[in-house]
Order: sequence, then C-alpha cells, then structure tokens
Amino acid sequence: MILNHIKKMGIMVQKINTKFMAALNSCGFFILCGLLYVMALFPAVVMAQHAYININDPLMRKIPVAIPLFKSFTGNEQEVTLGKNAVDIMSSALDFTGYLSVLDKASFIENPATKGITGADINYKNWTVIGADLLITGGIVEQNGAVRLELRLFDSFKESLLIGKVYTGNKEDIKSMVYRFCAEISLLLTGKMGVFGSKIAFVSTVKGNKEIFTCDFDGGNVSRVTNFNSITISPAWSSDGNYIAFTSYAKGNPDLYIRDVRTNRDAVVSKKGLNITPAWIPGQFALAATLSFSGDQDIYIVSGTGAVKSQLTNSMGIDVSPAFSPDGTQFAFVSKRSGNPQIYIGDTGSGSARRLTFEGNYNTSPAWSPDGDKIAYVGVVKNSINIYVIGVNGGGPTQLTSGQGDNEDPSWSPDGNLIAFSSTRQGASRIFVMTSTGSDQRPLFTFGGSQTDPMWSSAFGNK
Amino acid sequence: MGKKVVVKIMVMLFLSAMMLTVSCAKKSVETDPSAGIQQGSQDGLSAEEIARQKALEEERLREEALRKALAAEKEKFEMEDIYFDFDSSELVPDARNLLKEKADFLTRNSGLTVTIEGHCDERGTTEYNLALGERRAMAAKRFLQDLGIAEFRLNTISYGEERPAVQGNDESAWSKNRRAHFVIR
Repeated sequence: MILNHIKKMGIMVQKINTKFMAALNSCGFFILCGLLYVMALFPAVVMAQHAYININDPLMRKIPVAIPLFKSFTGNEQEVTLGKNAVDIMSSALDFTGYLSVLDKASFIENPATKGITGADINYKNWTVIGADLLITGGIVEQNGAVRLELRLFDSFKESLLIGKVYTGNKEDIKSMVYRFCAEISLLLTGKMGVFGSKIAFVSTVKGNKEIFTCDFDGGNVSRVTNFNSITISPAWSSDGNYIAFTSYAKGNPDLYIRDVRTNRDAVVSKKGLNITPAWIPGQFALAATLSFSGDQDIYIVSGTGAVKSQLTNSMGIDVSPAFSPDGTQFAFVSKRSGNPQIYIGDTGSGSARRLTFEGNYNTSPAWSPDGDKIAYVGVVKNSINIYVIGVNGGGPTQLTSGQGDNEDPSWSPDGNLIAFSSTRQGASRIFVMTSTGSDQRPLFTFGGSQTDPMWSSAFGNK
Repeated sequence: MGKKVVVKIMVMLFLSAMMLTVSCAKKSVETDPSAGIQQGSQDGLSAEEIARQKALEEERLREEALRKALAAEKEKFEMEDIYFDFDSSELVPDARNLLKEKADFLTRNSGLTVTIEGHCDERGTTEYNLALGERRAMAAKRFLQDLGIAEFRLNTISYGEERPAVQGNDESAWSKNRRAHFVIR
C-alpha cells in the first residue's frame, strides 16, 4: 500500500534484501531522481500482535519516548546539522501523534551520540530510570549531499530492539526518511501508518478574500494554492493527493474547480446556480458535489474532468455536503427534507437514504472516519456550535468540543487518530487538532487572517 | 452575366452611399446657422425665441427631476432588503409587502434587470448556508414572477454567510444578515 503511494510520488523505495540487484542495475537513474531506499537492519522483531496502544481509549496514557541526539559518524558540520534537524523533525512529529510524549533532553543520563547507538551500546537502566518506555537512537553519515540515516526504536523495559532501519538518499530527503520511520513506529504501536507525510488543505483570508492553502500534517510548510482574490472555499483532496477540488466565485458565480496540483491547471464545472461542496469518491477520479441548475439543490456525481455523470439525491429542498465511506459504497450528506438540516446516509448505487441524526435541529458537515464506523459532524444547540461523533450503525452521539467558541468543519486524519477542525476559541478562527476522543485540543499553527475548513489528505506524501 | 449583375449592384450601393453622405452634410449645414444666430445677437432675442428657450429649460428641469426621482427610487429599491427567520427561506409578511413595492417599481421600469442576492447569518455551516441563501433568493424571485415580472429580468446568486451586511455576534446582527439583497444591473 505505502509502496504504491511512494511510487506514485516518483520516489523509489527498495527493500535491500529483495530488490537490491534491481536497484543496482538502474543506479544512474536513482542518483538522478534522488534515491531514497530503506533496508531493515535486522529481521523486524515481530510485535504486531502486541497492542501497545488503544488509540480509541479516552483514558489512554501517553507513552514517554526519549530521542537523544543522533550520532554523527564522520563529524562534519553538515552532518551534525542534518542530524539535529532530523531529531527536531522526529520529536515534533511524534509529539504531534497525541499518544507519545517526547521527553526533555535535559533529563538524559546517557549520550548515544558518543557512546554508541546499537543495542549492545545501551545501558537500558539509564533510560528506564528517567521514565523512558521507548528509546530512539540514530546515526547519520553525510557525504557530498548523500545521506545514510540509521534509526532504531528500543523498548527500554524489555531491553529489546523493536524496529531498525537504514534510509539512504539525498540530504533533501531527510524529512521523508524521518517520517517513514515515524510511520513504522505508528504501525507497530497502533497498527496504522499514521499521519506522517499527509497534508491539510484549508481556507484562509487574505486581505478579506478567502483563498485555499495547504500545510504539512503538523502545521509546518504553509503554502498558498489559489490566488483568485474572491471567495474560494471547500477544499477536497483526491485519494492520490494529485487534485484539490474547491468552490470559487472567481468568475462571479460559485463554480466548482478541480485543480491538478502538479500542473496548477483547473477543470471547471460552471452550471447555472450552485456548484459547491465537492467530495472525492475514494480511489476514483470522480467526485460528488451539490449542483442547483435544476432549481433544486441536489448531489450529483461529476467526473474528474468536470463532466456531470449522474444524480445521487433527488428530494425537494437542500441536499449538500456529501462525504463518502472509505469503500465509497455509501455517503453521508446534509438534507433539509425533514424541515431542518440533518445528517443522512445514502447508498451510492441506489441513492436510497436513511436519517442518521435525530438529536438537535441543526446537524451539518459530516466527515466519515477512515475506519468506516463513525461520522464526525457539527451540531448547533442554542447558538453553541460544536463537534460531535456518532456511530454509523447507532451509538452516540458523543460531544467532542464544548464551551470554547464555535467549533466547525471536522476532518479525520488518514489514520483516524485525529480530527482537525476550526475554532473561534482564541478570537479569529484557527485550525485546531484533537484526538478522535476529543482530548488534546490544540491549534495547528498561528497565521495571519482567519482560517477555516481544514481537509486532511490521505497519507500520500508518506515518502 | 453574373459578373455584370454584381458590378451593377456595387455601383448602386456606391451611389446610395454617396447620397447618404450628401444628405448628412446638408443637415449639418442647416443646423450651423441657427447656432450662429444665437451667439451673434444675444441682446436682440425675439419673444418667441425667449419662450422657446424657457420651455426648453422647463423640460430640462422636468427631466432632471424625473431622473432624480428614478435614481432615488433605484436607491431605495437597492437599499431595502427583505429579511428571513433563522434557517428559513419562507417569505414573512413584511418581506411580501416589500416585494410588492419592488414588483411595482420593476413594472414601471420595464427596462431594468435585477440580481437577487441570497444571504445568511454566520451561524451554521458555510456549505449549508450557500444552499439556504440560494433558496432565499429563489423565493424572492418566484414571488416577483408571480406578480408579473418576467423571469429573464431576475437573476439570483447566493453568497451564503460570506458577505454579511452587519458585523456582530448577536441576534440584532444576525437578523440583518438573513436577507435577500437586490442589485439593479
């Protein structure tokens, strides 16, 4: 799965034991395109059955992890700097997960950067005594821009190696190498690859106009996508991350844009009336969106090139905000067919629908969890706007935010551990992140203007 | 033979074009002298001429008053929004009365076309409000159509909660933002 994603991104990954010869054969090509390959240092200690963490447990204790400075093998200045960068990127990424807490380096007794980074070099007692359940050691070699990064994860109580990997590539790939190792850790601890390498699209005001932006999963690397000086809203990623659909008033009418982020070219759906609320069908080059050219707001299927294919809903009144189940066979949406906005679940094939939410008289913005069993949404009760989660087949609703500003636009992280949302609790609207149980609510980044409508990508960038 | 016909037609076209040019020139020759008289003999205007000029002035004033009245009416038309209840696109009695006035204005000024903007207050969801705003604009449009205004003169657009009339986080602001706004095009 992840191999496929990485290949799509144009970066080659080789398991050295199985495909090393192939890698050697096309070595010249690899050097040109920036080789990043990985090998297992040791046969992976199989811990898959060992459930370290149940991320759905609201009382979950964060696992303390120590990440001491990496060993610099040749000691050149570039290498030392890269090593420090790698430690910072890793600390920030793992801290972001919400289930690991990265320990303060001031408490460390032992220094693997001088003493050694392999299991034989480590005195585990020095780590258990400071409360580090987990220990990560790293070693780095840099020569003429080529980097070899050696990373190990230890269980300091069991005194055992959990994961060992070597990543080789250009120095520009260091972030990707670190994220790949973080994904390995996540897989081991939670059974999922995590959020590393995923991106978040969002809306931010620029001089009073709304534009689409993106950032890394942890709020870093903010970059602007549109420059229409208009109202541009509702970003939606395609599964492969190559397209962002959105609505813009750039030409006066709310039109649907399908942007190829690789070429910045747009396909535009510009029917009479509304062309809004796009949502990609998982794994397909097609999306659902609300169009009102008929005079009534209904949800239609539109191809990735902007051709209207078929009609998904057909009831008098408002039908908006489709959100597909992970397998695409069902979609949640908002309908006013009962008199006020409620969440419904429709069958993609037949179009038949059932009502999901009954509490409250204003429930909107459904987001289907990656596990497929839950839907996050926005409920308005007595002018309080908050995020709730409800089971697809009953269960709940559970309120995740309360008493702190307006909270809107929930979007699940690709591993389902986190929910991004917008909140006005600090004044201007900001993008926040919390765990799927509502704990650990924190702003993602600080940025001028006001930000709304976060939309998490798949982990496509997990290279 | 075909060629001859073409040549004849071209000659005729040329001649008629010449005649048009001549008649135009003649007209301008006719109007020029009158302008010259006005300028040349200011203190010796005939009574008829004075009466004629007064009438012209009165007509100009009447037209200006009409223009001003129309401008004021247009301004009123654009200034007066109709308002809606929360999460509703139903026309309340006040809205219906105002729409009747608007229909009357549009009937008297049959050359005007209008864009009806649907707006919402900031509560609720951006996406849902885009749809709600459209339904508000459509409700106003249908009512005007029922009062005899032709559909082609009535455009609609929804801005949802994107263009509030009033900033604020209370019912007094919200109630002013749940509106249909009318713009003469």
